[in-house]
Amino acid sequence: MPVNFMPTPQELFRFAPEMLLTLVATIIMVLEPLSGADGKRKFAVISFLSLAAAIALSVAAAGDPGAAFSSMIVVDGFSTFFRILVMVAGVLTILISTNYLRMEEHESGEYYALVLFSIVGQCIMVSANELIMLFIGLECSSIASYVLAGFLRDDKRNNESALKYFLLGSFATAFLLYGVAWIYGTTGYTNLSEIRRVLLDPNSNQNMVVISAATALMFVGFAFKVSAAPFQMWAPDVYQGAPAPVTAFMSVGPKAAAFAMFLRVLMTAFEPVKDRWEPLLWTSALATMVIGNFAALRQTNIKRLLAYSSIAHAGYIMVALTAHSDIGTAAAMFYLASYTFMNIGAFAVVTYIARKGERHVEIQDLAGLSQRRPVVAAMLTIFLLSLTGIPLTAGFFGKFYIFKAALDANMVWLAVLGMLNSAVAAYYYLRLIVVMYMQAPSDEMEELPAPSVGIQAAMFAAAAATVFLGVFPSVVLDYAGKSASFIR
Amino acid sequence: MPQLPIALPSQVPLSWYLILSVILFVTGAAGFLLRRNIITVFMCIELMLNAVNLTFIAFSHKLKQVDGNVFSFFVMVVAAAEAAVGLAIILTVFKNRSTLEVDEVSSMKL
Repeated sequence: MPVNFMPTPQELFRFAPEMLLTLVATIIMVLEPLSGADGKRKFAVISFLSLAAAIALSVAAAGDPGAAFSSMIVVDGFSTFFRILVMVAGVLTILISTNYLRMEEHESGEYYALVLFSIVGQCIMVSANELIMLFIGLECSSIASYVLAGFLRDDKRNNESALKYFLLGSFATAFLLYGVAWIYGTTGYTNLSEIRRVLLDPNSNQNMVVISAATALMFVGFAFKVSAAPFQMWAPDVYQGAPAPVTAFMSVGPKAAAFAMFLRVLMTAFEPVKDRWEPLLWTSALATMVIGNFAALRQTNIKRLLAYSSIAHAGYIMVALTAHSDIGTAAAMFYLASYTFMNIGAFAVVTYIARKGERHVEIQDLAGLSQRRPVVAAMLTIFLLSLTGIPLTAGFFGKFYIFKAALDANMVWLAVLGMLNSAVAAYYYLRLIVVMYMQAPSDEMEELPAPSVGIQAAMFAAAAATVFLGVFPSVVLDYAGKSASFIR
Repeated sequence: MPQLPIALPSQVPLSWYLILSVILFVTGAAGFLLRRNIITVFMCIELMLNAVNLTFIAFSHKLKQVDGNVFSFFVMVVAAAEAAVGLAIILTVFKNRSTLEVDEVSSMKL
């Protein structure tokens, strides 16, 4: 049988956003040494525009859904949703990064190129229909993030964050790959639809022990990447040590993409063996919520507190995964969208109040923020209320749909325990609001300069999206519901 | 030719390769958790990736497909990229702290 390796124009068009971003990031890397010290701002503009163009291309590519490159990549509603989500997260990250990098005297083109490379990896992760492709995307995203986590290379906290992220990240990847190797060996395929077909075939008589062991190995890798218990211990150190804008990016982009690939793998390839992974996910979801929320209670550093809160949010999304229904998938998609906006918004405020050298990241540094900067305090209040899950914000509907999906799947106990957990979470989010509004600023506090244009734009955009998703959730939810049933 | 005390099969069976890969992987994972030198820890990760490669190639031979061999190339390329970034990170850590002990690189505990 003659095999044609040349991709058709149609296939190339489906892969166009990734190609555009790779090209622009490479060009930035080439231009970087040629530009003077004060000519670095143009790289932010270039990467901003290229992300906008890539979002437009993803929307255009969604008009012609289907597979590409021998079914290695698949463009469907699900992958388009997450592609656009990670690119929007990238745009917001660039907005909050420019001023921070100038302040730390580290503004360079590499930063933006690395953000773009990481986003390319995430786009491949969410549209991969094949385990090896998924691995390539994961590594593209991770390797760029390792460098970003240690971007200020003379800062000890940055070094430590990058080292821990790198060592534990590669450790997790090795587990994932070993699982992939065994799945390949037992089923003979790495394509998700083919694996599903083999597992569903009653005549194939697979060795279920090997399949379960391989799935467990892959679960270790996935759980690490989404920071789910018992593999969540890297997240607090890495998030606390990395530069604040990078933490904002790492806590949403790679996480959303990792959840997307987790969802796709569980719902397509391994759906036939769901009886085996459901108890595992149930336990992990509960443990993640409990560990995240209770550890966040006693934090004094805002970045570390938000790191534990992001672990807790991963736990809520794991509840939606455990439900393994179309409603659960749609709920996870909606939750990830709202989480992206409220978390980046909160980190934009943290970036602003941290100032040079990130000296002001303790909760007490928020004291009297409502008097010093009333608008910023109001914005942070919106994000924190949304993270708590107060009605009229995105977080409320996110939690509502997740617990509804859990109840529909007859997981009453998990839903009840999840709701109790979000009551615990209210304590530490509201404590920040109390410090901002009820405590007077101490006398020795320095003057807070007005936030830069980029941070203002990111804060307002994230706040607007948070409120919009809280008032009109059906816009996104309808789309998520339609694209939740995958091409199986 | 001297006689061996046990009878060896004429071909190395698949299970031998798989057992070796499990041993390599477990050695790597145990070393990652037990060793305290950053470079040694990093070498353990490479050992785990080599276990993966061995598994891919052994299965590829058994299934009479070329796919597994190609995957092992992908794994090698990615491992090389990871090593470049990883060694650079380890170098900056060493420059700032003059130590390569994992336990001494922890300033952010509560």
